[in-house]
Amino acid sequence: MYPSRFRYEAPRSIDEAIELLRAGDGEAKVLAGGQSLVPLLKLRFASPEMLVDINDLTGLGYHRADPDGTIRVGALCRHVDLERSSLLAERQPTMAAAAPLVADPIVRNRGTLVGSLCHADPQGDWAAVVTALGGHVVAQGPDGRREIPMGDFVNGPFENALGYDELAVEAVIPAPAGTPAGGYLKLERRVGDFATAGTAVAVETSGGLVTRAGIALTGVGASTIDAVEAARMLVGRPLGAEVIGEAAALAARAAQPKSDHRGSAKYKRHLVHTFVERILTRVGDTTERAA
Amino acid sequence: MALFEEIAERSDAVPVRRVTITVNGTRRTADVEPRLLLAHLLRQGLKLTGTHTGCDTTNCGACTVLFDGRPIKSCTMLAVQADGHEVTTVEGLGGASELHPMQEAFKDEHGLQCGFCTPGMMLAAKALLDETPDPSEDEVRWALSGNLCRCTGYQNIVKSVLSAARTMRAQADADGS
Repeated sequence: MYPSRFRYEAPRSIDEAIELLRAGDGEAKVLAGGQSLVPLLKLRFASPEMLVDINDLTGLGYHRADPDGTIRVGALCRHVDLERSSLLAERQPTMAAAAPLVADPIVRNRGTLVGSLCHADPQGDWAAVVTALGGHVVAQGPDGRREIPMGDFVNGPFENALGYDELAVEAVIPAPAGTPAGGYLKLERRVGDFATAGTAVAVETSGGLVTRAGIALTGVGASTIDAVEAARMLVGRPLGAEVIGEAAALAARAAQPKSDHRGSAKYKRHLVHTFVERILTRVGDTTERAA
Repeated sequence: MALFEEIAERSDAVPVRRVTITVNGTRRTADVEPRLLLAHLLRQGLKLTGTHTGCDTTNCGACTVLFDGRPIKSCTMLAVQADGHEVTTVEGLGGASELHPMQEAFKDEHGLQCGFCTPGMMLAAKALLDETPDPSEDEVRWALSGNLCRCTGYQNIVKSVLSAARTMRAQADADGS
């Protein structure tokens, strides 16, 4: 399959990239890892007039923690970098759990977290993770930078809130106030297939109590689902079996799955329930041992 | 008057970019349309047909090549993106007269049936062994989980990779002593 014709530009600076996007007047697309965009071009679901390839931009491949614990992931940080990250293994369990489950190992060598957020696929793993963590995207345009909270970043399936002349330069996970804990679980029919269902859980604990919680769901709705009620009921409570069961039930209720070849709606809801229960039970056990 | 007259497309109407890619250690320069995929440049442009295109939708991994040493799916990268980079295809592993230990192992352990997935399997496996010379069976399975075998011959593929790892470690030890 061949993509339709496009003009190709490989800018050397962010400013140059933004200028090209501005000149593209809404008909330009940014190419980062390309693991979703190139297939879309080949299937001709997308046929932009111009591709702005940002792979030559230097200084965007990072992921790092600020002194206060804020985690920043640059636009060209590949999934594989996050999968092998000692920083995430030590400090951000939800991201560390999700990274090895994104797509397949070969796709992870190219694909990027920021690109995955921009692609806004309801099946995208990172959107659920960043939502659960209360993160945001930093967009840079002709007038400077702005922060877009993850909840506002996705406008619907495959639609993001970026202006046509804005480049998503990094994703930001706010510094935790308590001890970060959590995980990411997903069921897929085989490696690399879209998720039957996935669940991101991110909590912070202090003195045996949950001080902050986020739960977000992959692949069980028209876009990533922020299970706000399930997360809210955890705050201020210890992670006992009863609390966990309630949160799991609320998260399953927040899911809006459709029956398809990957499973029935009922089954997918059951998966969400099970995933929340499993992740929180493990967190609860660890917190108890630490206390 | 002719009913139709064929009009040659103006050659300058198609945007073309010059790329230089080091393929299997040799610098190759070509003028390509930006929409040309790396897999097509390798197969049709450079006649390196060992790189197979299977699903053409980023699922199967038959088109896997090493890009600066890391496996990527060449059906999911534009040829222009490889400009200035190094690409290794299965032809870069070894020739008919002298097989790479990975190829030798696939032959000895029956790691291929129809052979379609084999180039991608061997390159993904080579990338694993370059970083992890002594992988566990789980690590091999994990590293190959982006490559599909339509014959479902996974058992022998995993055996082949583990066998190649042993051979390559023995060679490295011999070279080192």
